[in-house]
Amino acid sequence: MELSSLTVHETRDLLARKEVSPKEIVEGLIRRIEKVDGAVHGFLSFDPERALQDAERADLSLPLGGIPIAIKDVISVQGHPCGCASKILQGYIAPYDATVIAKLRAAGAIPFGRTNMDEFAMGSSTENSAFGPSRNPWDTERIPGGSSGGSAAVVAADEALAALGSDTGGSIRQPAALCGCVGVKPTYGRVSRYGLVAFASSLDQIGPLTKDVRDAAIIMNVISGVDPADSTTLDEPVPDYLADLDKGVEDLTLGLPKEYFIEGLDPQIEQAIRAAVARYEKLGATIVDISLPHTEYALSTYYIIAPAEASANLARFDGVRYGYRADGITGLLDHYGKTREEGFGQEVKRRIILGTYALSSGYYDAYYLRAQKVRTLIRRDFDDAFAKVDAILCPTSPTPAFKLGERTGDPLQMYLADIFTLAANMAGICGISIPCGFAGVEGKKLPIGLQILGKALDESTVFRVANAYEQNTDWRRTKPDLGDG
Amino acid sequence: MNATKFDVRYIAELARIKLNPGEIATFESQLGHVLEHVEKLNQLDVKDVEPTAHSFPMYNVFREDEIRPGLTREAALANAPRQAQGLFIVTKVVE
Repeated sequence: MELSSLTVHETRDLLARKEVSPKEIVEGLIRRIEKVDGAVHGFLSFDPERALQDAERADLSLPLGGIPIAIKDVISVQGHPCGCASKILQGYIAPYDATVIAKLRAAGAIPFGRTNMDEFAMGSSTENSAFGPSRNPWDTERIPGGSSGGSAAVVAADEALAALGSDTGGSIRQPAALCGCVGVKPTYGRVSRYGLVAFASSLDQIGPLTKDVRDAAIIMNVISGVDPADSTTLDEPVPDYLADLDKGVEDLTLGLPKEYFIEGLDPQIEQAIRAAVARYEKLGATIVDISLPHTEYALSTYYIIAPAEASANLARFDGVRYGYRADGITGLLDHYGKTREEGFGQEVKRRIILGTYALSSGYYDAYYLRAQKVRTLIRRDFDDAFAKVDAILCPTSPTPAFKLGERTGDPLQMYLADIFTLAANMAGICGISIPCGFAGVEGKKLPIGLQILGKALDESTVFRVANAYEQNTDWRRTKPDLGDG
Repeated sequence: MNATKFDVRYIAELARIKLNPGEIATFESQLGHVLEHVEKLNQLDVKDVEPTAHSFPMYNVFREDEIRPGLTREAALANAPRQAQGLFIVTKVVE
């Protein structure tokens, strides 16, 4: 068995028994990356020498001692590039560690490689990367999802044991579903965003993408918790996410929201989700129908709030303190206008324009304020639902991975890819996507994701529900064929 | 709000982004569609609904006002496109 195909906890066991060294783990990943990343393009860059040096020094007594973890290009790792897959940050080297990176390092992990993404995390396919899209390991003619598409692709292709991503409207869960791995969006405030380049500050969260649920819980144990450097983190105790993992679902009530089984949901996905629900019933869970009546407004709400916040956050890219600066500037306004014209890609410009419009004088009440009020209604839907159920089951994505170029001309079609994941960010609750089968499309097997949503700060229940299913299925044993035998 | 009222050129000026005529036309049409979709929000009566800015009620978070270590001047300037004598070089602001 190739070392790169192992999970974090399997690798940790081998390291603890001294059957392999951290150096061999890193070398195994480098071999795998050299073999398949030409086809997948999950990484923007990686620094083998530094990772090997870190491996030499690894402290195996720590919870993630000697474990390399791939990092989305939006999270700062001191001394490494952090470019958000944007031309405007080309050449930028992070001068400090994000809190999640400091925590991973303190737990012994090795940040290894910068994963590709949609520019500034705006997109659902990685096609908005300034450095070319990543490809889905299950069919390299298709997108891996986004915006954390590189992180999902490298985990699915065994080029990483695990990765970090960020999720503003589904950017961890949707690519995890499309690539067949596990992806967690933690509760808003559970994980520090210090050192994460901000997109929409009332929605962004960092979370893990992994090969199984146990690994996700292990990483969440390390990265969660209050941080004085991020005043939006919640000062709440962090439970041991492994403690309840194997408790099963017999005493749990799981809700099926009828608004998630709608026209436009791919029939093969509906079938896989229904089969997963039947499996939960067999495992002893009580299944009840629920309603989240404002679901159909989530997309519109999101596409006001997220661009509005982005237009403010991205004002910092002015070509003065860091990043790209245009040549041949004639004055201050020309400096800003040209630098941002040449530095930002199409989708980023589109969202800044949309957000600026939604916040502009005379339109603020009609768009931004109204969207924030509808956001309250979406939150209340979940409050009502969680009064009746312990967790919610639904599809992560309405379709399997689509083809490269299929939706790039129509932003609204692209935005629809996130229709089932946005609401969790609006409500600030937690969620996970886990593999629950495959769709057969044009002779290829394309992964399907089951989304499990839990109430705020109840990641433990989400992990428990996810693990119960995973332990009774073996989807993750099937690996994509990248022509490597 | 109808799409024709959406003046991309003016908004781009506010956002300090130059756009070429092709981009202006494309954005006008694409964002017009997005805004039509957003019209959906007008179907709801939100008169008595409080807005949600953050999903958790969060108030000012304070800390002691004490000196803490930060980036050195060299580290802060390391990524600047133009710098001299320990300072950022900015484009002339006053005539």
